[in-house]
Amino acid sequence: MEKPWNNKAWFLVLPVIVLVAFSAIIPLMTVVNYSVQDTFGNNVFFWAGTEWFEETLQSERFWAALGRNLVFSFIILAIEVPLGIAVALAMPRKGIGVPVCLVLMALPLLIPWNVVGTIWQVFGRIDIGLLGRVLADFGIYYNYTQNPLHAWITVIVMDVWHWTSLVVLLCYAGLVSIPDAYYQAARIDGASRWAVFRYIQLPKLKHVLLIAVLLRFMDSFMIYTEPFVVTGGGPGNTTTFLSIDLVKMAIGQFDLGPAAAMSIIYFLIILALSYVFYTVMTQTGRDRETGR
Amino acid sequence: MSRIVLDGIAHSYRSNPQGAADWALKEVNHVWEDGQAYALLGPSGCGKTTLLNLISGLLTPSRGRILFGDSDVTDMPPEARNIAQVFQFPVIYDTMSVFDNLAFPLRNRRVPEAEVRTRVEEMLRIIDLQDKAKRKAANLSADEKQKISLGRGLVRSDVNAILFDEPLTVIDPHMKWVLRSQLKHLHKRFGFTMIYVTHDQTEALTFADKVVVMYEGEVVQFGTPEELFEKPRHTFVGYFIGSPGMNVLPASVDGREAILGGNRISLSGSYERAVTAEIGVRPEFVRVARAGEGLPVQIRRVEDLGRFRVVRASLEGHEVNAVVGEDQELPAEASLVFDPARVNVYVDSHLVEPRA
Amino acid sequence: MGRARFSWIVPTLYIIFLLLPIYWLVNMSFKTNQEILSIFTLWPQNPTLANYRVIFTDPAWYNGYINSIIYVVLNTVISVAVALPAAYAFSRYRFLGDKHLFFWLLTNRMAPPAVFVLPFFQLYSAFGLIDTHIAVAIAHCLFNVPLAVWILEGFMSGVPKEIDETAYIDGYSFPRFFTKIFMPLIASGIGVAAFFCFMFSWVELLIARTLTTTDAKPIAATMTRTVSASGLDWGVLAAAGVLTIIPGALVIYFVRNYIAKGFALGRV
Repeated sequence: MEKPWNNKAWFLVLPVIVLVAFSAIIPLMTVVNYSVQDTFGNNVFFWAGTEWFEETLQSERFWAALGRNLVFSFIILAIEVPLGIAVALAMPRKGIGVPVCLVLMALPLLIPWNVVGTIWQVFGRIDIGLLGRVLADFGIYYNYTQNPLHAWITVIVMDVWHWTSLVVLLCYAGLVSIPDAYYQAARIDGASRWAVFRYIQLPKLKHVLLIAVLLRFMDSFMIYTEPFVVTGGGPGNTTTFLSIDLVKMAIGQFDLGPAAAMSIIYFLIILALSYVFYTVMTQTGRDRETGR
Repeated sequence: MSRIVLDGIAHSYRSNPQGAADWALKEVNHVWEDGQAYALLGPSGCGKTTLLNLISGLLTPSRGRILFGDSDVTDMPPEARNIAQVFQFPVIYDTMSVFDNLAFPLRNRRVPEAEVRTRVEEMLRIIDLQDKAKRKAANLSADEKQKISLGRGLVRSDVNAILFDEPLTVIDPHMKWVLRSQLKHLHKRFGFTMIYVTHDQTEALTFADKVVVMYEGEVVQFGTPEELFEKPRHTFVGYFIGSPGMNVLPASVDGREAILGGNRISLSGSYERAVTAEIGVRPEFVRVARAGEGLPVQIRRVEDLGRFRVVRASLEGHEVNAVVGEDQELPAEASLVFDPARVNVYVDSHLVEPRA
Repeated sequence: MGRARFSWIVPTLYIIFLLLPIYWLVNMSFKTNQEILSIFTLWPQNPTLANYRVIFTDPAWYNGYINSIIYVVLNTVISVAVALPAAYAFSRYRFLGDKHLFFWLLTNRMAPPAVFVLPFFQLYSAFGLIDTHIAVAIAHCLFNVPLAVWILEGFMSGVPKEIDETAYIDGYSFPRFFTKIFMPLIASGIGVAAFFCFMFSWVELLIARTLTTTDAKPIAATMTRTVSASGLDWGVLAAAGVLTIIPGALVIYFVRNYIAKGFALGRV
């Protein structure tokens, strides 16, 4: 069904545009403005051209943070997506178990992000945390403030704890929308449990999995609060991700120029990713419509 | 191949059924003879699909036994029963090619690949999809997908019966006709037992040798299309089959007469006295006559349906329909005459026979 | 469905994994600092409400909750209110630049908040809005409005267009049609959108902390600052953390039947 062409619809969109423009375009222009200037304080600015961009792109600090971010995103996707699918597959489909599971699983999603950090900060401490204490009893002296490996494990387990439920809920929604007839036909065809997963559930989950993967990838790429609270980016710089580095630069060191240039590069990466996201989404939407 | 016997099966979706309302399927005793084409007819929610799923083994009956030939299959899983089922919406494996879809049930049963190939190729020829064997099944039209579902059932050489659960619901009208005749042709050729669930009476009547009519979890009649039309065993069958359905009027019956308000209607046999009975007569067997000849009525409306007209009249506040020819004149002051041989008597909605 | 009889083990283990750290926090919130630091106990030996009493009697603490709730509710109302007409436009009409506009909106959902921290601070300073609830509410619109538009558009597309046409023929004006007929039809969609706006505004800290100093400071920020200042009052910190979980838990309980539906749209 074709939608009618009507430019008056702009009036309906206008409030959104004004509001979002105020929160997005003006700040973004400020960032662009900073990124091409230099300052020695007192609100005196000099034209700096592309100097900050070149500096950022050549700085080891930027590439190291970007690299850490990519490794982090990769690891959490490799854990959260299979785990999320497994939990969703095993979840009950009807009865009292459904709302109980949904409510309990969604709980971490609604905890303020710094509280998530606080919870794990406490939980992992060797002196007062359950996890740290229990590990110590096994002879493992867990210390995320000193040991980079432990810091990474903490940040990853915390993210798995925080966000796997999103994957579970998405997959669960995808699974319950598969009509019973598919499972019945598969039983009559003598399909094994694995074949049911491989040829019915997985293909039907393709769409939601794509969303889950892209959402988790982008959100993990922007992660700030939770590692900031737990590790503060440390020990050393080992858990300093792009956002943490950026805020450190902008607020901590007040290096407006380099911070702005980095923001823009960072933003462009995200923009490219979201373009891929959007195209793939609308593409699969179209496939679904013509595919029936 | 063998006949299928339903021995007192009943099913409830509740673990602890209490009243009659808890039973999706009340007790059913029925024999499906080998190689026949059956239609299972009834309104939505009457238990048709439940019955079908019990036969295919997707559900296990709460009570009773199911026999295939002489062996008891009540507790056998569906894959062990040699039953094929085609669902309302085409079920295909999206990521597989047409060929792989058809090969799927065989490969699951570890049939040697060479045999899979010959059988699938034969099946592709039968359902007329040879040229699309390599295509992704997801991109086919609805009727082609439904043919694949059917083919997946037929490709197994050992099927006892094929069950169809309203398989033409999503098919275009003209393709419906094509698919239906192909199905009839396949049935003749392979000789499998066929049970075809539908709520569309034309589909059922043109298709099947025998029709089973279900209503509120019970089989209310089993017979040929003619029997369903002439001697409905339950008032529901009378309403449901025929267009317009049978006229059913409350009356008291005594001997050879039925009394409806102040009117006497003669019957073909002698009946036990019953104060609260119903009489049923098909509109085809109601004649419109001049006032005074029969039961006095007011004609409310006349509908022209092309080959015939339907007269909608009111008799003592009850609607009565009559079918009249295209060119018959309708008197201004009319009355209706029922053909006594065609008037059936019902008590508690069930047909009663006259005394011998 | 051929499911293993022991399939409940997986979700159960997963839920235990989710609840253990939360349990630990709750456990700590009922202990005295002395008990937390000196002995290791799986449940409070001398349960105390002292930590909660501190929070409910100290304005520096309880104002944090009030502030958070004010700006979260403000944000939810603003986001849904402006998103409704826009989502209607996207679901019903084609217009100049619609596709680009939609994409542009979505990019804001994807924007890293860290990028906006500094310019937001300067922008809201320039308008004298620093440390007001409305500043945080508007700033959070950056990611919540696009989300609300996206969710609502999905629900609206599911309402047949004939309903609009019939209403116009019956002489309804647009505002009357929209509020009297259309909004009740997508009530569950509005609920889902409001839920997600609430959630994302509630959990966000970076921007909220940057734009506030004292008067509108959210509870989450109060927590981090208190930690760095006193450092050792674990019991109060735990109690504050538990109290931040409660509003989310309440909201999720009320919308539990819509959660799966909202996610089914794949629009979060």
